[in-house]
Amino acid sequence: MRNWWKALAIILLVYSIIGGFLIEVPKQVILYESIRNLYFHVPMWFAMITLFFISMIYSIKNLSSSNLKDDRKAIEMVNVGIIFGVLGIATGSIWAKFTWGAFWTNDVKLNGSAITMLIYLAYVILRGSIEDEQKRARIAAVYNIFAFVLLLVFIGILPRMTDSLHPGNGGNPGFNNYDLDNNMKLVFYPAVFGWILFGLWVSNIRIRMANLKEQLLDN
Amino acid sequence: MKHFLNILFLLLSFSLSAQDVPMADEMRANGKIYVVVAVLVTILLGMIIYLISIDRKLKKLEKEQKTKS
Repeated sequence: MRNWWKALAIILLVYSIIGGFLIEVPKQVILYESIRNLYFHVPMWFAMITLFFISMIYSIKNLSSSNLKDDRKAIEMVNVGIIFGVLGIATGSIWAKFTWGAFWTNDVKLNGSAITMLIYLAYVILRGSIEDEQKRARIAAVYNIFAFVLLLVFIGILPRMTDSLHPGNGGNPGFNNYDLDNNMKLVFYPAVFGWILFGLWVSNIRIRMANLKEQLLDN
Repeated sequence: MKHFLNILFLLLSFSLSAQDVPMADEMRANGKIYVVVAVLVTILLGMIIYLISIDRKLKKLEKEQKTKS
């Protein structure tokens, strides 16, 4: 069973939907049942950050090995990560409308994540605009490492330094203080893990596709 | 005594506000929430089956490519 992790992804995701809807959650004003969005909105970001992180590792690998396979892995993981980021922004926007009152607020984390998406879109464009394969791989790799550092600054550090509507940022207590009780952890962590595995699965398909395309072009 | 009353009211207001929060308690029991769960699980499984079929097609192509070269 080489594909056990794909099966695990399916099991965890199905569980996160069933458990996410039916297991009891803390009663919170304003949030009401929408607290369940935590099981679906937040894992998008965890999956995105994980994919971008692994992509950065392949970029570092590419710089030392000059192996174009590593470059292909890096770009395809970013491609999938961007999809998760877009879904994260979209779901967050809907959630914000019904809890904070607007689709978009000037919250640091919102703007930070939007900037992060632009940084990674720029990575895709930059990589696509260079003809020479080795040069493309190297420049893209350097930029990708730089991009992940910026991601950490924009969605990891800055939101914690000023006031933010997001839990766990600024003066706002995190879910894990008292809101995220044990019941919620029971669904939240499997959901995060499931979506990360799902993201890796889609990336895996895209990487194999890119490798196949490369072989076809070589022949 | 005053403090005691204050604390009592505070506790009372907490317990009241907890009850006032509208949750889908009843909906889960008989409001057909299971239907929504079933629909979402169906969509998710449909997507996953699609992904598996793409995965398989790709594997076939990879095998063909291997025998060619």
